[in-house]
Amino acid sequence: MELTRLPFLKSALKSRYSQLAVFIVMLVGYIFVILAGLIGTPVGSHNFSIVFVWIAWWAILILVAVPFFGRGWCAVCPIPLPGEWLQRGAVLNPPDKKPRWLNLRWPKFLRNIWLQNISFLLLALFSSVLLTTPNITGIVLAAMLFAAIGLSMIFERRAFCRYLCPVGGFIGLYSQTAPIELRIKDKQVCVVCDGKPCYNGASTVGLDVQRLNPPLSANSNTGYGCPWDVFPGGLTKNTYCGLCMECIRTCPHDNIAINLRPFSADLAKPSTRLDEAFKAFIMLGSAMIYAGVLLGPWGAFKDAAYNVGTSAWFIYATIFLAIIFAILPGFFWLMISLTSRPFAKHPFGAPIGRGVGVRKFASLTTALIPLGLMFWVAFSLSFVLTNATYILASLSDPLGLGWNLFGTANAVWQPMLTSILAPAQTLALVGGLIWSARTAQKAANEVKVSSVPVVIYCFITTLVMLGLLL
Amino acid sequence: MQSRFFLLLFVMAGLVVAFAPFPVRPIAPQERTFRIEAGQFAYSSSEIKVNPGDTVNIQLVSTDVVHGLYVDGYDISIEADPGQTKTLSFVADKPGSFRFRCNVTCGAMHPFMIGKLSVGKKVWFYRSIGLSIIAIIGFLKFPRRPVLITAH
Repeated sequence: MELTRLPFLKSALKSRYSQLAVFIVMLVGYIFVILAGLIGTPVGSHNFSIVFVWIAWWAILILVAVPFFGRGWCAVCPIPLPGEWLQRGAVLNPPDKKPRWLNLRWPKFLRNIWLQNISFLLLALFSSVLLTTPNITGIVLAAMLFAAIGLSMIFERRAFCRYLCPVGGFIGLYSQTAPIELRIKDKQVCVVCDGKPCYNGASTVGLDVQRLNPPLSANSNTGYGCPWDVFPGGLTKNTYCGLCMECIRTCPHDNIAINLRPFSADLAKPSTRLDEAFKAFIMLGSAMIYAGVLLGPWGAFKDAAYNVGTSAWFIYATIFLAIIFAILPGFFWLMISLTSRPFAKHPFGAPIGRGVGVRKFASLTTALIPLGLMFWVAFSLSFVLTNATYILASLSDPLGLGWNLFGTANAVWQPMLTSILAPAQTLALVGGLIWSARTAQKAANEVKVSSVPVVIYCFITTLVMLGLLL
Repeated sequence: MQSRFFLLLFVMAGLVVAFAPFPVRPIAPQERTFRIEAGQFAYSSSEIKVNPGDTVNIQLVSTDVVHGLYVDGYDISIEADPGQTKTLSFVADKPGSFRFRCNVTCGAMHPFMIGKLSVGKKVWFYRSIGLSIIAIIGFLKFPRRPVLITAH
């Protein structure tokens, strides 16, 4: 179902002013969060930056935005804005033909999500400090803003979002499960389109919509090329489309649509990339480790995770990385290689080989995407429902200066909905297992192996997660 | 027709596992006392197991700063100043697994100062395992039909 057929939605998406209004609110909020982290109360559970980023924002992101809107957060994220405005030399207008800064292409060998995997892991290893210490949260958020600005000065488009953002990596992975997509309407229109303004920018290719016949979208002259370095005509999955809506404005043929679709439609065609496969393991493993360390009853683990730089922390970091890079993928590889057997024959009768190559391995990890997402949902439910009442107090006194703006500064901490937590987590985890088993069957069909080992792997990891959370 | 029958069968089995009363062996209620030392950011006895109907006395001793102990699901709590012992008594009349946590801001890792109270069987854990097994058997029994490759 094409949502952009709805006139009010289409005009809202095409309007730069409505998007700018949202961006300004988000940017002001982001800067305030940084300030609150740096100058607000050092008590994490009462600091606006901690409470709003790691409780409120995280809840919205993982429970609503990612599962239902995919990269919906990226569409309104303020981090790339200052850099992009400087890069273009304008807030609303497209860039001049002559680049203002270095405008380099991102290095070819880094055109993958390995840097995003590393940046996420760096934050994950320090997460106990990051989640609880306001000034560290403030510094990290500021660093992300300045990194985005710096990269915009050196490289073209939104290099930070596409290749470095620790959050964007997993949002991209899980956005494949969302029931929303940006796609072209007619491929043939893109094939014959002159200059591909959706990718190159209307002003860059010298497109003048007034001269075209029939007259086309009046916005196109002011459009600029895809900030995410994606040619919309080639989009087959959500992973790298940031839903910035620029191509909708730029396309002179009105050939871009936002569609509603079934959940996890992108997973029908599994990715064969190892960087994306390891992103699935990183997210799956992190959710399990957090469930054990942060929500478990073992004080020694919490001490080790919090006391950065101590020998206990180094042991914790080593185990963390071993689980993500060796144990989870190793066990997965073992399962599919020991039990892998072809069920189909080649068109000419030859049996399909038994070996588990990188392609097969990566393809089959597609099944871990819905599983990982639901692990995060189950983990976040516990964390968020327990701590949500902190939001009321920090809203009234965001900087810890004794204010009481909304009369809720002294709101008493009280866990919410604890009676439905276990059933909700059961629903999420068992639902995730079923979803993954379904995805495993599709992926296994694609690479022509049995889905049984992948389903069993998902079952075992789900049991571990159930044991940690329930 | 047959697949619909089995689907219905699996759904029925799932509903039974999810909602049927959990079989429990009746055990005479006892009075149980636990001494728990609370220090940043852990409880000394971080996992407590009791039977349904037991009267539970938790003696909370704080070893450094002010700590609390709040029991999820039961919505009861106590606070203990450093060196003091406070006692929380309640009847464990709700079966299942519950977290108990510090409810007095005690430092950076305060939100994660957590312990576990098990009253009888971990009902939802076993229900989840049952549901997972049913789901897996369903998938293995009725795999998605592979796309056949045909030569033209």
